[in-house]
Amino acid sequence: MRPLPLIGLAALAVVPFTGIGNYPLHLIIMCLLWAYVYTSWAVMGRLGMTSFGHGAFLGIGAYVSVMAWNQFGLSPWISTPIALVLTALVALMIGYPCFRLKIVGHYFALVTLALSEIARMIIVALRDQTGGSLGATPKTALADTSWSLVALQFSSKVTWYYIILLVWLAGLWIWTRVDRSMARLALEAISHEEDAAASIGIGVTRLKLGVTLISALMTCIGGVLYAQYQQYVNPETVSGIGVSLQMVFGAIAGGMFVRLGPTVGAAFTLLLAEGLRLAFGHDIHGLDTTIYGLLLVLFIVFLPKGILGEAIELRGRRNRSQEKPAAA
Amino acid sequence: MQIFDIFLLEAVLNGVLLGGILALLALGLNLIFGVIDVVWICYAELIMIGMYAIYYLHVAYGWPLWLAFPCAIVLVSMLGVLLHQLVIKPVLAAEPINQLLVTGGVLFLLQGVATLAFGVEFKNLGVSLPSLALGDLQFSSARLVAFVAALGCMIAMYLFLTRTYLGTAIRAISQDRAIMPLMGVNPSRIFLITSALGGGLAGLAACLLVLQYDIHPAIGLSFGPITFLVCVLGGLGNMIGGFIAAFIFAQFISVGGFFLHLEWGYVIAFLFFIGFMFWRPRGLLGSKS
Repeated sequence: MRPLPLIGLAALAVVPFTGIGNYPLHLIIMCLLWAYVYTSWAVMGRLGMTSFGHGAFLGIGAYVSVMAWNQFGLSPWISTPIALVLTALVALMIGYPCFRLKIVGHYFALVTLALSEIARMIIVALRDQTGGSLGATPKTALADTSWSLVALQFSSKVTWYYIILLVWLAGLWIWTRVDRSMARLALEAISHEEDAAASIGIGVTRLKLGVTLISALMTCIGGVLYAQYQQYVNPETVSGIGVSLQMVFGAIAGGMFVRLGPTVGAAFTLLLAEGLRLAFGHDIHGLDTTIYGLLLVLFIVFLPKGILGEAIELRGRRNRSQEKPAAA
Repeated sequence: MQIFDIFLLEAVLNGVLLGGILALLALGLNLIFGVIDVVWICYAELIMIGMYAIYYLHVAYGWPLWLAFPCAIVLVSMLGVLLHQLVIKPVLAAEPINQLLVTGGVLFLLQGVATLAFGVEFKNLGVSLPSLALGDLQFSSARLVAFVAALGCMIAMYLFLTRTYLGTAIRAISQDRAIMPLMGVNPSRIFLITSALGGGLAGLAACLLVLQYDIHPAIGLSFGPITFLVCVLGGLGNMIGGFIAAFIFAQFISVGGFFLHLEWGYVIAFLFFIGFMFWRPRGLLGSKS
């Protein structure tokens, strides 16, 4: 390993001991959590499968874990596998026909958009169980203790920090594994010219399904962690078109073709939102959404490779132009 | 036991009326997609801006509705042109998904601007059209007006596209984007006209919807996704397919909502949509490519 990632890791590992307050720590946790979710999206998004349906997977993870605990007293350790199975079924149900029938581009985006809206509608429609648009809170297990492993509830932010940090690292590891696999090359070929890829013996449907499954399952776990950390879920924040677009934009703003791109995107969007909130308070409704929207448009028009993607490319170009005179 | 439940019949009728509105919404989106090959994700947000324009012209400035409506249509039409010039044009050569996303950014932008300028409170035009009774059937005349206006507008659109030189040019460019410049048609001019037309249709939809619904910054989200699905169901860019799909979709929402809860109506319609896509991935009347 090169020294830079090691220093970065060491710095991240000691963050809670630097005496930063609860609020900055909370921000870092949220940042890492969304970074993980955006990375999960990018696993398939970068390969030409732009899903607007990841809100459904996030929603399944969040709501299954909360509902199982509230209704049946099932620990998230038991309900998470159930949520994962459910997610896998939904991903296969959508993915298999889509990939078989070559639903790509606009059509794929809009079909998956329907999926995330269905998830939101079902959560709202089951309002007697889920609390509908008001959201739901898992019953607390921390009445007379500060942590409960069974309920996956911890009052200490430091504990959560390390959990989320590990999950984020695992997400990056999976991203890298997919990136270095043969499947990635095959899938890139597919995203450029599907029929040509199939003609040289690439199993298009199977490969696409595999990557979709990985991405969906990762997102589902993100949903479980979000619900357990926030101790509150709401159909608007974990499913539907809003959060699905947020994932796509987060990944793209940072740069979905580089490993830390989605993480940069998460940090950027979160710091932006918090910065605006601190600067203007809650009094000016809509300012954050306005600037968010404006930046997204500017990003896609002027920085389609994202912040990190563009930065890396710039560095590469500078290095090359420095080498050239030496070679000449 | 009654076979023809009067309430069921009412639900079916309401579904037909709703179908008219959905068909109008889909028409604008299909027109733009067919010609420019871009989906305006923010289409419903343009309608929202139009609704606010009517509200302020009518309630705050006291303009009569017959004056406020055309102004709103012109305003949204200009917004459509602006959207095309400022946002779509720079990414026309980029990947299709970037074009989809850039209008998604405009969705947030318009929502944010509306919240900033108009607040999050629900606003009501304060004009309520009487509800009509046909025997035992009850339905709102606002919906009937919307249905008739939507239908009339679609016929006008059809005549425009088939009977005029400009309409023919628009149809031709949606069939073959590359060859038309050789035939002496300026594509960027056609794109501008199409954007203005699409915006105008959104403005008209705003006039019809403002009579039925309260206005708030997030109202676009309540019918935006349905409009996209109607378009995809009918075959993106296919106006007749979109027209038929709108009525199918509206029936699912209306009748499904009648038997169960309103949200279940939507869920059933969306599930039907996904199932349908697997049967005909290019939509009802989509071209086989």
